[in-house]
Amino acid sequence: MVNVYLMGKKYEVPEGLTIMGAMEYAGYQLVRGCGCRNGFCGACATVYRIKGERELHAALACQTTVEENMYVATLPFFPLEKQVYDINKIKPDAQVMMQLYPEIYSCIGCNACTKSCTQGLNVMQYIAAAQRGDFAACAQMSFDCVMCGVCSSRCPAGISHPQVAELSRRINGKYLMPEAKHLTERVKEIEDGLCQAEMEAIMAKPLEELKELYNHRDIEK
Amino acid sequence: MNYTPEMLASMKKVEAAREKNIALEPRRLTAEEKEALLKEYHPDYKDAGFTTIRVGGNKGQKAPVELNAMLDAHSRLRDVEVDLSNIAYDVDVLVIGGGGAGSSAAIEAHEAGANVMIVTKLRIGDANTMMAEGGIQAADKPGDSPALHYLDVMGGGHYANRPELVKKLVMEGPSAIKWLNELGVEFDKAPDGTMITTHGGGTSRKRMHAAADYSGAEIMRTLRDEVLNRQIPVVDFTAAIELILDTDGKAAGAVLMNMETGELMVARAKTVIIATGGAGRMHYQGFPTSNHYGATADGLILGYRAGAKLLYQDTLQYHPTGVAFPQQIFGALVTEKVRSMGAKLINSEGEAYIHPLETRDVNAAGVIRECTTHGKGVDTGMGKAVWLDTPMIDRIHGKGTLEKRLPAMLRMYLKYGIDMREVPILIYPTLHYQNGGLEIAEDGQTCVENLFVAGEAVGGIHGRNRLMGNSLLDIIVFGRSAGQRAAQKAGTTQLKELTLRHVDKYEAELANAGIDSDAVSPKLLPTYARGAKAF
Repeated sequence: MVNVYLMGKKYEVPEGLTIMGAMEYAGYQLVRGCGCRNGFCGACATVYRIKGERELHAALACQTTVEENMYVATLPFFPLEKQVYDINKIKPDAQVMMQLYPEIYSCIGCNACTKSCTQGLNVMQYIAAAQRGDFAACAQMSFDCVMCGVCSSRCPAGISHPQVAELSRRINGKYLMPEAKHLTERVKEIEDGLCQAEMEAIMAKPLEELKELYNHRDIEK
Repeated sequence: MNYTPEMLASMKKVEAAREKNIALEPRRLTAEEKEALLKEYHPDYKDAGFTTIRVGGNKGQKAPVELNAMLDAHSRLRDVEVDLSNIAYDVDVLVIGGGGAGSSAAIEAHEAGANVMIVTKLRIGDANTMMAEGGIQAADKPGDSPALHYLDVMGGGHYANRPELVKKLVMEGPSAIKWLNELGVEFDKAPDGTMITTHGGGTSRKRMHAAADYSGAEIMRTLRDEVLNRQIPVVDFTAAIELILDTDGKAAGAVLMNMETGELMVARAKTVIIATGGAGRMHYQGFPTSNHYGATADGLILGYRAGAKLLYQDTLQYHPTGVAFPQQIFGALVTEKVRSMGAKLINSEGEAYIHPLETRDVNAAGVIRECTTHGKGVDTGMGKAVWLDTPMIDRIHGKGTLEKRLPAMLRMYLKYGIDMREVPILIYPTLHYQNGGLEIAEDGQTCVENLFVAGEAVGGIHGRNRLMGNSLLDIIVFGRSAGQRAAQKAGTTQLKELTLRHVDKYEAELANAGIDSDAVSPKLLPTYARGAKAF
């Protein structure tokens, strides 16, 4: 058994549990602070400190094993600032960041965001890329972000890093990455009715014939 | 790394056979062999896992024990007076659920000019969509066609699929990808823009599009951002606990409950879209699940009480590769993309005993066979498991591939000291997907007028087994379509007086059948707190 302090209160829980598992073992019926339970949704942002140590850690409660003398505080909601924009009207240049998220230029380079990232991302560097209008780099460095908001809770400049990254990714996905021509063409073929006859033919097949086709279809190597 | 000596001994055999196993292309099973394997080992064929539905439109049919218990349970509104004239929200289109289907529906309803709102019991984006890793299918490459996609879907679903729904899925697949791409979803592409696509289990063409192994997360966060940009109201931490009908029997809203305060509110709507997702947290047959915390089949209960029908409620998908070790992530998903990229399933003796890209039901049955009658499972302390030989990926495609294409998987395991680039991982089937759900027509409507369904809560698209990558596709195709149709229908709908009489009627049916459960439904959340009563 290990001793953990949930919101400051001491509980004894079996070794090897995640922080989330420890909370449930202690009797918490979670509503907030629990989402996918698999490290993708960012609902269970948590900060903790090991008794006697100075460093404050941030983690996802569903992805982190409890340790002896861990002081845990969950962060089930953090008010990020999301700006509203029309993805079809914005231009993919540095101007858009200046208009929507001017606070990123107040970054003092303390690196608290990076140190606190629950996904181990280089947050300060992706903000630097956004400042330069290098959306592709910002998108690439921030790709694994689960938008838990811990970085923003630690930022003295009031930056909502995950929202800056989201905007960069959307700009990159829509405007900067090259067009998939085969996709555009296939969509047009379908719109022009060119796939209709083949579809109708296969739908008209009796079940036995469909099974034959399926069982002997050629599978791309 | 915390592998036990027994695991390490077996792992040595896996390592010794790796080169041979990489070169081996395991034979595909014949249709007869697959059927025999499923009958013998797949959980859907275990009679003890099912009971007969006793009330409502599907009376006499089979349902999982745990789902049937919810159908037998009382309404949360029994003995509660709800003032239906006290309307807190009044909209054209009410979307219940904030996942990929609900968000797509809301965006399209908004685009069509409807006054639309999303209500979700957790947060927008807290959904199985967020956790989908491997990818999304669409027949958009030369050499592929919607008809070939159709054949794969029908065969994979054991021909039980509703053909008109499959047609819609595959014909609108490419435009769904285009729509997502134009919203800014970052699909994996080659420098010339060609989509990087791979196989999934049961696909005849490489049509799996991906965004690394965060495919669902990338789609979901983009949709969420778009919902917020359009300033569509999202009422979070609020569950729909019953549908409201009007005196003509049309869907007309829902009774909502604040998940934290218990406050009840009435939402009136001209059309309603159920997009409540799956049921993994029902833990059918005691399986662990890869699903989101809120996956408790709520929409099926709401719809059923209002008169909609279930379809294939007795078929579930057990994903063959759930985490079997370490225990902290027991049941979590190991994406099929790991196998798409070349990793093979290997038993305790180092044998590649099956083709890794058979359909999910077949591969799940295969793992269970190795771990039971064949006696070739590895003991994990929580049961048996087989190996997924992940080091094969970098061995085949070059160093660095796994890190680039499967970053989420690598991160998940590294947190527990397991470097899947160097050592294989232990897996066992996990409850992954609700193949069945509410029955809809091609326009997304149930037999209850103005009640639409989209996403995992729908039954019939995937027949009795879904292929990888077709769920992300269906939430977009059917979500968008439901939003468009519901907006259109709202424009011509005149609501009559609101009523909850169907709830009373259902309660009376339960009483007549001699059923008096001590449970209430919908379930809303699983109960994991030690010593706690059901939520």
